[in-house]
Amino acid sequence: MSADLGAFGVWAAIAAMAIVTYAIRAGGFWLMGYVPLTRRVRSILNALPGSVIVAIILPLAVRGGTAATVAVVTALAVMALRRNDLLAVVCGVGAAAFVRALVL
Amino acid sequence: MTFLETAPDKSRWSGFVHGMRLGLPVAPGIMAFGLVVGAAAARQGLTFLQSLAMNFFVCSGIAQLVALEIWPAVMTWAAVLTVAVLAGVVGARLFLMSVAMRPWLAERPAWQAYTALFFLTDATWLIAMRYRADGGRDVAAYFGAATAIMAAWLAATGVGYFVGSFIADPTKYGLDLVMPAFFAAMLVPLWVGPRRAWGWLVAGIVAVAVERLIPGWWFIVAGSIVGAVAGGYLDEQTE
Repeated sequence: MSADLGAFGVWAAIAAMAIVTYAIRAGGFWLMGYVPLTRRVRSILNALPGSVIVAIILPLAVRGGTAATVAVVTALAVMALRRNDLLAVVCGVGAAAFVRALVL
Repeated sequence: MTFLETAPDKSRWSGFVHGMRLGLPVAPGIMAFGLVVGAAAARQGLTFLQSLAMNFFVCSGIAQLVALEIWPAVMTWAAVLTVAVLAGVVGARLFLMSVAMRPWLAERPAWQAYTALFFLTDATWLIAMRYRADGGRDVAAYFGAATAIMAAWLAATGVGYFVGSFIADPTKYGLDLVMPAFFAAMLVPLWVGPRRAWGWLVAGIVAVAVERLIPGWWFIVAGSIVGAVAGGYLDEQTE
């Protein structure tokens, strides 16, 4: 396990990462092919996208400092008011950059 | 023929172009991230072709950045195993995103579904969920968004590979927060009243708690699953 694999090793590492990542990307979809889509499963799948998003952004907003919180809250607010995702991202990032400029 | 029968509303091309447009808001964030990842690959001594292969086939910014962070100068089988496991752990959220793609992609032929899943990233998934929430059905739109994002990603990582060391810190302009801001914005179209949001609340509480207790990225997986199951049961009871 300790022999130097050289350039082949780098290719092997890239291939291994690619295979694992694709297995994950395809695996969830594939596995759900064996789960009957009952009403309950559909309800859970309906609740999944929002849950994934909240589980990613809330810890970030809580721990990521003022700039991260400002970016997330501003993007949410702009999107709720204007329904324009490009505007929401620009305002969120702009507000965060403004906060960082003030702090630094 | 089912390809044409299930989506007779628009031509393939207009759906594809619509999808490319949906990818636009995240392009600056992808590019900023790509510069950093490209620079990291060059710093660790990968050849341009190796960097390009990794960017296309792995195409997972955070996983690549973490792997390149610990990239060993001497590549052994143990090191190959380590970076592979790392890619799996960091990419675990993609498994749940893949689960969430089931209701849409199950309507498509298998070759389309499994090709589409190759391009599954945070950005393409968010765009797909939003597009579906708005009533979209055309899978060409997904491929349009995936193409735009892959192009931006490959261009930026390529530039980063060659000039990365000259680039100023992207955090200065808040570019590292493009993805979080996009995630937050995409939550709004998914809002269908407070009933389903109970699950989101559970997801948030669990994620914040797990993030404090367990190191790594498990908070995303734990929060998402508990939140979705809770949301699913609450939704059913009140129907």
